Amino acid sequence: MILLTQYTLLFASVLMLVALGGCFSERSGVINIGLEGIMVIGALGGALVMKFLPVEFGGAPVMVLATLIASALSGMIFSLLLAVAAINFKADQTITGTAMNMLATAAATVAVKAMNTAASGGSDVSSDIIYTRARDTFIVRFGTFEFNWFMLFALIALVLSYIILYKLRFGLRLRACGEHPQAADSVGINVYKMRYAGVLISGILGGIGGIVYITAGVSSWKFENGVAGFGFLALAVMIFGQWKPLKIALAALLFGFFRALGNVYTGFDILKNLNLPSTVYNMLPYIISLIVLALTSKNSLAPKAEGIPYDKGSR
Amino acid sequence: MNKKRFSPLRNEGVQMLLASLLCILGGLLIGFVVLLIIEPSGAFEAIIAILKNFFRFSRVNQRLKYLGQTLVRTAPLLMCSLSVLFAYKVGMFNIGAAGQYVAGACATLFCALYLKMPWWACMMAAMAAGALLGAISGALKTFRNVNVVISGIMLNWIMLYVTNTVLSLPGIKNPMSPYTIQIRGNSPTALLPQMGLQKLFNNEKSVTIAIPIAIIMAIVVWVILNKTKFGYELKATGYNYHAAKYCGMKENRNIILTMMIAGALAGMGASLLYLTGIEEWETTISSVPAMGFNGIAVAFLGGLSPIGSILAAYFIQHITLGGGNVDLSVYCAQISSLISSLIIFLCAFVGFFRLTMQNYLRKRDEAAAAKAQVKKGGRPS
Repeated sequence: MILLTQYTLLFASVLMLVALGGCFSERSGVINIGLEGIMVIGALGGALVMKFLPVEFGGAPVMVLATLIASALSGMIFSLLLAVAAINFKADQTITGTAMNMLATAAATVAVKAMNTAASGGSDVSSDIIYTRARDTFIVRFGTFEFNWFMLFALIALVLSYIILYKLRFGLRLRACGEHPQAADSVGINVYKMRYAGVLISGILGGIGGIVYITAGVSSWKFENGVAGFGFLALAVMIFGQWKPLKIALAALLFGFFRALGNVYTGFDILKNLNLPSTVYNMLPYIISLIVLALTSKNSLAPKAEGIPYDKGSR
Repeated sequence: MNKKRFSPLRNEGVQMLLASLLCILGGLLIGFVVLLIIEPSGAFEAIIAILKNFFRFSRVNQRLKYLGQTLVRTAPLLMCSLSVLFAYKVGMFNIGAAGQYVAGACATLFCALYLKMPWWACMMAAMAAGALLGAISGALKTFRNVNVVISGIMLNWIMLYVTNTVLSLPGIKNPMSPYTIQIRGNSPTALLPQMGLQKLFNNEKSVTIAIPIAIIMAIVVWVILNKTKFGYELKATGYNYHAAKYCGMKENRNIILTMMIAGALAGMGASLLYLTGIEEWETTISSVPAMGFNGIAVAFLGGLSPIGSILAAYFIQHITLGGGNVDLSVYCAQISSLISSLIIFLCAFVGFFRLTMQNYLRKRDEAAAAKAQVKKGGRPS
């Protein structure tokens, strides 16, 4: 039971971080299908720090902070691809996002393989990064419950997101750009700047989500696999949460629970006795999200101007 | 004076071709830079190895054999790209092509290996499975307003796990390996007929009627979209849903039907690959096969035209297989997926490229007109 809670909280943290990222981007008017790719690149940046920064150097706080910053920066830089294409060049946001997802997995695989190949002199051509020791610094044990610093961080991100979006002038302006950019422009808000801010914030949060995901249950990661559709689950969480931070948090807990079940179902006798193949549990989060979306999308509260490139000249 | 001057740059097809070539060039260039970063000394040979693919063999017979294999793998890719572009013409982004392809593989291999059906029945089953998946996406879109991209992605993953479970059944999976058993030895009637085509490719046994079928399907898709009332209605629904409804078109039916056709195309693609016996399904894979996603690359690289897709599909498959020929002790085969994803990314800029080009042509015209005015003695306006 404790294990289930632990995994639920961890996966919910991931989903919440990434979905909040998507929320910022979409509230500013840019659809971010590329969250999956941003997660991969963020995970890569963080994993590299975890691999190469010695644990002795400053201990846990330095390691946690350095990993966070590396992931956030990598995610942000990668999200620039979307920002430049979608905002400056008015490219189709869905195509750009899809390309980013493929690009991220391919680039991460090529980079890690090149690194491993070079380091081993050609004998190790895997796409794995191992970070056992560094991962231990993220965890504080209370009995059998493993508290992860990232859970706290996700909570902070949630509170900050709420304040930024609803209590600050910046948030109001950001939301205006997603609802009616022409109106926002007419009162002197720089729509391009706001949209850049939205996309870059989504890059930061998505990147952090990536590193939390790959360190959630394992001590090494195969980058060939990307992040297994988690970025898209986060998008589903965002839609289910109606683009509002607090509802996103609740949705993330629900989805995190079903995702966690797949990891720990063998620990429950009732579930074990059902004798379902493990693939059923793998499928569960995706099936649930489809059903939930089918039930809740009818009256979508999506930002009105999302997906439409802003053109100063158009009415 | 007002007669429009003819210039090849003004032709839409030429503009698309030029844009696609630029995308390819850009993708290759960045890929080359990545190779240079990894290891400068062998980078040039590596990029040449990717571009050469089967031309690395000196003997004509071997070249023909591997050309045959490249074509065999091009056929399913072409089908996936047709699926993507068909849906795109109707205003939907069918990222679910990957899942529809997996559903097709599941159905076709189940019918071939478990039920021992003949090839045409297996192919029909694959189309039906793909169409069913497409229909789910389409119905969720029309009745429940679920974004096609999101439902497509969810269905991709669901189908992957379903397929792995179904194809692990005893009698389908090889007990000694993670792969399904071979069609060739176990259910020969399920193999696609060759009709003598293999003779063109040095008796490569995987060459079947799959290749001409895929090309015929590309032409059929072109005819449906451009030459029939049905295609016109579908495109109208894509351009403006409400206008189509106002004109009395059955807009919801059109959307679901489009997704079904798109799904059937992708599903058929899977049967065109697996029924040639060139490879088996690996029941332990943990990510959705890239074929459907590469279909997106092909569709956009081909300028969203079925005929352009034929060339683009061949090119993408050519460099994908070429990626396996780089020096694997230094580089890795995924460099080709990096190049194809870069190409899709650049394809997103095609609209901008064409706009710039049209602006340039217009400015040139204006400048020429102003000059002519000056020559005639009038003031430039």
